[in-house]
Amino acid sequence: MLDIQRLEKSFGAKHAVRGVSFRLEKGTVLGFLGPNGAGKSTTMRMIAGVLEPDAGDALIDGKSILANRREAQRALGYLPEGAPLYEDMTPPEFLFFMASARGMNGVARKDGVERAIADARISTVCDQRIGSLSKGYRRRVGLAGAILHDPPVLLLDEPTDGLDPNQKRAVRALIARMAPHKAILISTHTLTEVPAMCTRAIVVDRGLVIADGTPEALAKKSEDGTLEGAFTRLTDQAEAESA
Amino acid sequence: MMVWLREQFGGFTATYRRELGAYFATPMAYVFLAVFLLALGVFTWEASRFFDTGSADLAPFFVWHPWLYMIFLPALAMRLWADERSAGTDELLLSLPLGMPGLVLGKLLAAWTVSGVGLALTAPMWVTVNVLGSPDNAAIMLTYMVSFLMAGAYLSIGAAISALTGSQVTAFVISVVIAFIFTAAGWPVVLSGVKSVFGTGGAELVASFSFLAQFEGAQRGVLELRAVVFFLGFTAFWATLNGLWATRQRLG
Repeated sequence: MLDIQRLEKSFGAKHAVRGVSFRLEKGTVLGFLGPNGAGKSTTMRMIAGVLEPDAGDALIDGKSILANRREAQRALGYLPEGAPLYEDMTPPEFLFFMASARGMNGVARKDGVERAIADARISTVCDQRIGSLSKGYRRRVGLAGAILHDPPVLLLDEPTDGLDPNQKRAVRALIARMAPHKAILISTHTLTEVPAMCTRAIVVDRGLVIADGTPEALAKKSEDGTLEGAFTRLTDQAEAESA
Repeated sequence: MMVWLREQFGGFTATYRRELGAYFATPMAYVFLAVFLLALGVFTWEASRFFDTGSADLAPFFVWHPWLYMIFLPALAMRLWADERSAGTDELLLSLPLGMPGLVLGKLLAAWTVSGVGLALTAPMWVTVNVLGSPDNAAIMLTYMVSFLMAGAYLSIGAAISALTGSQVTAFVISVVIAFIFTAAGWPVVLSGVKSVFGTGGAELVASFSFLAQFEGAQRGVLELRAVVFFLGFTAFWATLNGLWATRQRLG
């Protein structure tokens, strides 16, 4: 479903991503973990076709993001970091725009928008402009935009960041409902929700994958048996090695 | 070929509708139209003394078009790309399976449509001269059309510069400066200066890139093919730059 092959990216002297590779199958929810500035968002932006990699490739449903960008992007739903949205639009207007931009029209567009509104549970705010919505609802509108065309691969950059516990639970439930039919990559630095949401986790630090396994297996790498302990140990180790 | 065109221009309709909606969803378009019409009115009546010229034509009205476009159209175009970048929505846009030509044209044509609405709202002026006398309506129609083409050229500068910087204010200031250069190049003051340094040939070359000089024939009601080609070519050139500068963002 998703095949990441040795992606690399530098910004000037900063080597942000240094050869990240992994594969993701249908039915997997992969937690993409790492400290701030580890290269998570840069990697996701390269997979989404927003940023051109210096080297490597990403195959989305078998299509290369470099050689066949538009086809690859059609198979992808992407929620960028911070869920940027057009604030002057209402959620249905925004979703209609996204659907049209994806080449959907007529009944398919109408159905897609209605389904996304129902799935993301945003029907109560449909008359308001996005600019006046709370953070939680904005995140859900962004999520609706990402799932609207029912893509086989989902890329969600911190989908639960800044949400209250109830909203977090709602987003987790939505992801769980979609999980069996899709390959989902979720970046987060809220470690506590990883075991509840993800079936597999990857830790990146300084642009490199430093651990890959189930959340339980990762937790075992620490002395206290928690994911947080493992995270601290792994990223500290990487820091010590590079120092 | 058809597939290629569909890929490149696929997002045109969606982009055009979204941008046009954005102008009218906020006070932006209304403020622009109101102030533009007010300024045009003030200049036509107060500075050109519309009623005192004694002839039934719109020359005292059209003469201000390049100068007002120079200030107002960069204000209309400045948000097109800079706004996307400051709101982060460019990331959303670049993740969609769209072609850059469709995006560039969709945005440019949305702004062009708003400027066209502004131009159409000056129709009472045209009606007035018809009430007061019998002007050459074909000539006026033609001047309107070339003025509309000229508006596109001014907007294309603003849109391209907007893609270059992330700030609307910077985009506005730089666009006005560039627009001023292309407008004032045909100013007699500038031309005589150029002539004294580079000779007549130099002055003619500079004038041929000037909006004032290119618009001059149309103001007299003469359809000049070179002016039409100039404005369309100029717009196409800046739209291409716009596409290149917007694509550059993918490189990081």
